[in-house]
Parts: sequence; structure tokens; C-alpha cells
Amino acid sequence: MNDTDARVAVFAALHEIAPDVEPDDLDPGARLRQDLELDSLDFLRLLEVLAGSTGVSTPEDDYRDLTTVQSLIDYFAARG
Amino acid sequence: MEATTPSSTRWAPISKDVAALRVRPNLVDYDGARASFTWDEARRGLTGLPGGGVNIAYEAVGRHASGPLADREALRFVRADGTVRSLTYARLAREAARFAGVLAGLGVDRGERVYSLLGRRPELYAAVLGTLQYGAVFCPLFSAFGPEPVRQRLQIGSGAVLVTTRALYRKKVAPIRDEVPALRHVLLVDADGSPEPGTLDLAALLEGAPDDAPTAATGPEDWALLHFTSGTTGKPKGAMHVHDAVTAHFATGRFALDLHPDDVYWCTADPGWVTGTSYGIIAPLVHGVTAIVDEEEMDADRWYRILAEQRVTVWYTAPTALRMLMKAGAERAAVHDLSALRFVASVGEPLNPEVVVWGREAFGLPVHDNWWQTETGGIMISNYPAMEIRPGSMGRPLPGIEAAVLLRDGTGAPVIRDGEAVVCEPDATGELALRPGWPSMFRGYLDEEERYRKCFAGGWYLTGDLARRDADGYFWFVGRGDDVIKSSGHLIGPFEVESCLMEHDAVAEVAVIGVPDAVAGEVVKAFVELKPSQEASDALRLELIGFARKRLGPAVAPRMLDFASALPKTRSGKILRRLLKARELGLPEGDTSTLEAGR
Repeated sequence: MNDTDARVAVFAALHEIAPDVEPDDLDPGARLRQDLELDSLDFLRLLEVLAGSTGVSTPEDDYRDLTTVQSLIDYFAARG
Repeated sequence: MEATTPSSTRWAPISKDVAALRVRPNLVDYDGARASFTWDEARRGLTGLPGGGVNIAYEAVGRHASGPLADREALRFVRADGTVRSLTYARLAREAARFAGVLAGLGVDRGERVYSLLGRRPELYAAVLGTLQYGAVFCPLFSAFGPEPVRQRLQIGSGAVLVTTRALYRKKVAPIRDEVPALRHVLLVDADGSPEPGTLDLAALLEGAPDDAPTAATGPEDWALLHFTSGTTGKPKGAMHVHDAVTAHFATGRFALDLHPDDVYWCTADPGWVTGTSYGIIAPLVHGVTAIVDEEEMDADRWYRILAEQRVTVWYTAPTALRMLMKAGAERAAVHDLSALRFVASVGEPLNPEVVVWGREAFGLPVHDNWWQTETGGIMISNYPAMEIRPGSMGRPLPGIEAAVLLRDGTGAPVIRDGEAVVCEPDATGELALRPGWPSMFRGYLDEEERYRKCFAGGWYLTGDLARRDADGYFWFVGRGDDVIKSSGHLIGPFEVESCLMEHDAVAEVAVIGVPDAVAGEVVKAFVELKPSQEASDALRLELIGFARKRLGPAVAPRMLDFASALPKTRSGKILRRLLKARELGLPEGDTSTLEAGR
């Protein structure tokens, strides 16, 4: 998956789980917990949505690296 | 009347070998302790104020700060990067006294409400203890609440002071500030010399405050804490607790959490909820142990690292967190040295037996479930280190607590004969009830006398939970007796969520229920009937969820939303959430004779 596809998939999943987040706030550096205010259930559901749209399921080992919008994009671009 | 449920489960009881335990439990002879226990005797474990009376802050820090525990670590904060900062009892007492001094300087009256909307950082703990020392009433708010729950709770409690951060203030308080005129002072912990308009710089105020403010001469029945909880209908309810509650925090910390003087104890609950206050702050400090505070959010590896590196001995956590850890796999625990850990307890919602048993695989220890609620102020029913666990059971009542399962009539009300409620036969389902009179029992819902009175009948406090009691006295949670949703251990009132969605222009009617979730127990789901001019679409579905999340915050807002062409209602127009739930879960619909035609 190229960077653009990964970005589209991540933005779509974020919009599905946290539609309250304004597109303007979707700065790649935005932190999922602190800036976008996703809680731990939101995070799990976000990965479920992304697994559905990209076919990439995320092992628990990788959770701790996925803290920002950009880290999600990079992760799915590398694996999708 | 309810159907009888058998008490047997396929999970074998977990027996205990007391002689093999590393530390001798405080409660070994359960029946003996229950027979001899009195609350007056429990009070003798506390110090009391020098001039008479009782003050929670004095029992938690004041008395330790001037005794042999002065230099012991009271709170150890684990920062995001894993480094720690600690406050000794002496230091914590000074910080609390300074906060009390700030309240005095601001002209706050005793009994006025001081709120927090704050993450788990040192200022929060000093504010809680300083407020109690000053004789004002503390009310913690959960920092993930949206502006709407914040506004409602500030309004109901007439909050005079709020301690928060700049970011939380801007996002959640500034937009509703005009609607809470009673709020005189907003103190920012991170103002850094330039507070927002209408706020004050807490650090600067603390700098100028004396650190020897006196402890208010509070009596046992003086109001100390305000904790909000939710019912099926109406506004959130503010449960009022008094300073004598500390007697129950002390006794339950001893019996249910088995706290011993050398313990390093970690309660993972946020002080924005009652567990995080009663057992994240008060109980461990009263016992003079070291309490761990994680400043970050839950993460499996981080949590295991904290348990290992901080040498945690007693751990009090929640089913949702344990289920997340279980999902991550026991092998993740195996790479950490959890040898210091000796007791694990859980609260918030019923703990499924799989998790109780899984604890042995992951930690080498079973998980001890216990039960209580905002109104009870402290643990009421519990599993204990020296008592057999029946996986799936909440355990047995604490010494000093009389619990029963009451027979319900067709409407769900307790059956009363000669003024006394009728207790169910063993294994029959009824309403879990407690005999009033324990010290941490709520003394009322603020300004809602009628709702408070409705909690009592036939000599009992009615908990709203359905349960059964087996022939050996173990209690088993069955479900809620009302429509309140329990998600990640927090009660969510469907009415609060429905009211919020009703404010959206596209919505004609809405009903909110909890649907089962493997991790959170339940998650909030909304069913929306649109106005005739509106068309259901995925974009509108997301718009409505976003609308609710902005106002309520992620902890309260629905995570799922479906459109419905007609919501089931009674002929009198009341939405039948229970029927909606039965349909959603594919369960029998029960008596539908009062249902409006065509629904």
C-alpha cells in the first residue's frame, strides 16, 4: 500500500470511530490519545476498522508504537 | 417473581492455603471477624482530630506527617517516560496544607464545593486532601468528560472552585462558563505565569500560601465528598459522603485489599470516579502504604513494567483492563518479574470467571472480584485472600455489612410484609440490598430528597443490581434492575445520552441501550428515529455520533448508532429500552401487552 492509500484508510477509520475530530485537526503529528481524545476502546475499534479496510491486522506488540496519526499511516503503508 | 438460577458453575472453586501465603492475611477467620466486628472498634484504628471530630485528610496524611511515617513515600507517580517522582507523607501534608491555604486566601467557605477536572498528577492529590483539610467538599470530574457532563455536574453541585489545566479549560469549561455562575475561581495547574482570562495561576497562589494551614474541626457527619452517578432517568445524581466514610475506607482496605504497612499498592482507577478517590487516594494513605499513580493511560506492556519495576504487592484494577491484558496474552506477563505481587483485586463490573482463573496463569494469582457502588462509598461484598474463590462470584459481605437478595414483585419493587422486605431463598434472583448504617453510606443525593428516599424500602438500601446468593453465602451478580448502562465499569444514564442526541436537528426520537462487548462489558448504542424530512445515511450516522462525542466525551457518547423507523413504546408513550435490548440481543421479548400498536 502506498503512502496515499494508507493515509486515506487511516483518515477514513478515524472518521468512523471519532467523527467528532475535525479534518483540520488531523495533523499527521496529532497524538491519538492526547490530541484526538481517543480512549482505549476507541483505539481497539480503530484497529478493527483498519483491519477490515486494509487486510492488515495489528499484533498487540505493535500497539505501543501507534501513538500518532503519522505512525498509523507509516505502519499501514509498510504492511498493507 | 424471578426465575430461579442454579448456583453451580462449571468453574471449580479456587481453594486457599493460608499457611502458604507470603503475608498472613488481615482476615483469616471470616465468620469470627463478622461476629466480633463493630464500626466503633474500627474507628479505634484511626486517630481522630486532636480536639475531637474526624477529618479524612488528617487520617490520610496529617497524622502520618507528624509521626514515624513522615519520610515514607506516600505517592509515587510514574511519568510517561517511566521515571518516577515521589511525595513523602510529610511533603504531601505540606502540599495539601498549601492548597487549603489557597482556599482560605480566596475566601472559600467551609462546605463549598471544590471540583477537579484533571489527569493523575500531583496537584490533583494535593487539591483533594487540601480541600478536605480545609473543610470544603471535594468533587472529582473525569477528564474525558465532554463540556455537557462537566456543565451539568458543576451546576448541580454549585461548584465554587475548579482545578484544571489550560487545555481542558479551553476545551470543556470556557464554552460553558457563562452557564455556571456559581463558579468563582478556576485554578490552572499549568498557567505558567499567564493564566487564561477568568482563571488564576495555581502555582503562583501556592507559592504565596502558608504550608501550615490548620485542619478544620470537622465532625463525622460533616459533608466531605460529592460523587456523581447516573440513573435511568433525569439528571446525574450527586451522592454526598461524610468524613466518617474514612472509617469504612480504613476497614475495607484492611479486609478486602489486605493492606499491610510495607505494601506498595496500585489502584489503577482514575480519581475522576469514586474508586479512584476511595481506593486510589484515601484507603492507601490512611493505611500509611506507598500508592503508585500512573500518569498515563492503560497499555499492557507499560502496566506490566510498572508492576515489575515498582515492585507492586497489592493491585486493585478493573475487569475491562484485565480483559485487555488477557487479550494481549499471558506470555506478555511472563517476561516481567511479577514476584513482588501477592494480591490482585478487581472492581467495576462483574468479573467473568475466565479472567479470575486466567490471573493464575498470568500473575500466579487468582483475581479477587469485589462489589460496591458510588452510593456505598466503599467495598461492600468481596473475595478475600484467605477465603475460597468461586469464580464469577463477587464474594461475601465485609465484616460490618449485612447484605441480602430481596424478593421482587411483578413491577420489580421489593415485596414487603409487615414492614420488612422479604428475602429470597438461596439461588433465587432478586434485588441486592444492604442494611443501612455503615459509615461510608451516602447521606443523600444533593437536592434530590425524593430520589434518595426511593432507594430505601422495608429496612434496606436497594442497590438497583440484580443478584443471587448461594446457600453458602456467596453473592453472584445477575444484571442491572434498570436501564442504566455499565461500560468499562462506569454507569451511564441512557437519558443523558438521549437528551444530547435529541438536541440534533435531524432527530425525532432516540433510545439508548447497552449492548454486550467483550472488553468493556457493555458499550452504548443509540437507536434514532429521524424527523420525516431527514434521510438515513452513513454520513448522518457519523455526524450524530460526532455530535454526541463533542458534547459528552468518548466515555459517555454512543459508539454505535442505528436508525430505526419506529421505536417500541408503551401506549403511554414511554420508550421501551428493555424491549429494544431484547430485540437487539435476540432474547425473548417478554410481556408486550402494554406495547403501542404497530411497534
